[in-house]
Amino acid sequence: MKGLGAVYRREVAGYFNQPVAYIVITAYLLICGWFFTSNVFLAGQADVRGFFAAAPLILVFFAPAITMRLMAEEWRNGTMELLLTLPVRDSEVVAGKFLAAFTVFAVAQLFTFAYPLTVSLLGNMDLGQTVAGYVGLLLLGAAFLAVGVLASALTASQVVAFIVSFFVCFGLFLVGKALPLMPQALEPVLEALAVDGHFENLVKGVVDSRDVLYFLSIVVLCLAGTVHALQGRRWGR
Amino acid sequence: MDAMIQVEALSKRYGDVRAVDDVSFAIRKGEVVGLLGPNGAGKTTTMKVLTCYMPPTSGRVTLDGLDVVDNPLAVRRRIGYLPESVPLYDEMGVYEYLDFIGRVRGLSASRRTTAIRDIVGRCGLKGVIWKGISQLSKGYRQRVGLAQAVLHDPDVVILDEPTTGLDPNQIIEIRHLIRDIGKEKTVILSTHILQEVEAVCDRVLIINQGRIIADGTPDQLHREFLGAQELQVLIRGTDADAARGALAALAGVDGVETGADQDGAVALNLACGKEADLREAVFRLCVERGWVLLEMRRKVVSLEAIFRQLTSGDGA
Repeated sequence: MKGLGAVYRREVAGYFNQPVAYIVITAYLLICGWFFTSNVFLAGQADVRGFFAAAPLILVFFAPAITMRLMAEEWRNGTMELLLTLPVRDSEVVAGKFLAAFTVFAVAQLFTFAYPLTVSLLGNMDLGQTVAGYVGLLLLGAAFLAVGVLASALTASQVVAFIVSFFVCFGLFLVGKALPLMPQALEPVLEALAVDGHFENLVKGVVDSRDVLYFLSIVVLCLAGTVHALQGRRWGR
Repeated sequence: MDAMIQVEALSKRYGDVRAVDDVSFAIRKGEVVGLLGPNGAGKTTTMKVLTCYMPPTSGRVTLDGLDVVDNPLAVRRRIGYLPESVPLYDEMGVYEYLDFIGRVRGLSASRRTTAIRDIVGRCGLKGVIWKGISQLSKGYRQRVGLAQAVLHDPDVVILDEPTTGLDPNQIIEIRHLIRDIGKEKTVILSTHILQEVEAVCDRVLIINQGRIIADGTPDQLHREFLGAQELQVLIRGTDADAARGALAALAGVDGVETGADQDGAVALNLACGKEADLREAVFRLCVERGWVLLEMRRKVVSLEAIFRQLTSGDGA
């Protein structure tokens, strides 16, 4: 576990010692801020729904931007070879890096607390619903970040890592939006796969174990896939 | 036998390519061993298996009895490794980086402090310890790479082409450091530079096309592969024919060739057998005849010649 801690520390320091985290977080807050304000001031609704409704689409861009360098950079610089010959398990490396990315993501969410705070000053805010919304946001973020970590482990190019994870996340997002256009027989399957329904349930304030499980399964599957991808070195990568 | 590293019938295949083919060797504790071979001979692959970066296709590799497949973490704990490309994190500072390596290796805070202080002195990093890695010259990057490999006081240090890309002064410094490390530890280094092996190693394994084709100390290899040796002498006070006649009569001399005269001195090349050392006999002969011996040099076939002979062509 010492290995996991060291990897985590290094990655978090790497994010915050460089402009990456600040740029990504600023961009995220700008976009979220727009959706929140337009809902509150233009539509005149004193709630955080505008923010939560826009979140999945924003995260489709935001999550890959956080994760793209995590593994790809190490493959490109050859540091992966040194890292994987230190006494750490592959799974510790993957977990440490994922948790570091999640930390950056969570820090970004801290700033968005300004929105529910504003709403509670303007009118009545449903606390339970907001908390459930944030649970949903963190779960959704974790799932997208895990997709990003996997994509980053599959290539030595950050750009490729970004594009691949963007497409997978966008696909999970789009399937839900495109449900009415899909063949009827496939609908239940696609609905279960799509991010939309699961996330909306949480935003509505309903914390259902099925939805939680959906996001956690994506995380576990992708991180297991990443550990597997690191084994690609066995064949002379 | 107190073998530190035991490699038995190691093979590693990438698809259809056999990078390492049925290689066996043992390395004793404290030896400094050079893996010598042309590029693509299988040196790096062998090292990647030893460091548990990738498992062997077949065969068994153990470090002090620990199998690299069954006990990778225990093996890695006792190894320090520097890959050929000297991969470092450019965005980190030197101290920060060494501290990170210490943490991953599970060293306590106090042990990290002492280990880093110690290594900074040994590897000559004093002037750069607070610099960013991206600011370092190639020579200093190499030192940081070496520092990283020996930080945790490992039993075995594995260095893949530790002097490639350095200038001659840096090469000498790094070799010095490696020899220093080799005093206490078992060191395996790979190289395609022969002088390096002669300068640093106790023992040489020559690898070609995934197989070990020679194994021994540099001296042993010299002797084993030496067809004949040559003695070059420069004598004043006699003429070429007399000198040639007298030298040819010495026991052990297979033939004498006269070279170009230099300022009234006669240059001669004596061909003699593998083991013979004729220098004393030549000296006594000159004294006896009242000749002045200006120069005498024994020319030993270089490792380079042995290496070329072994690694060129299919018949090698």
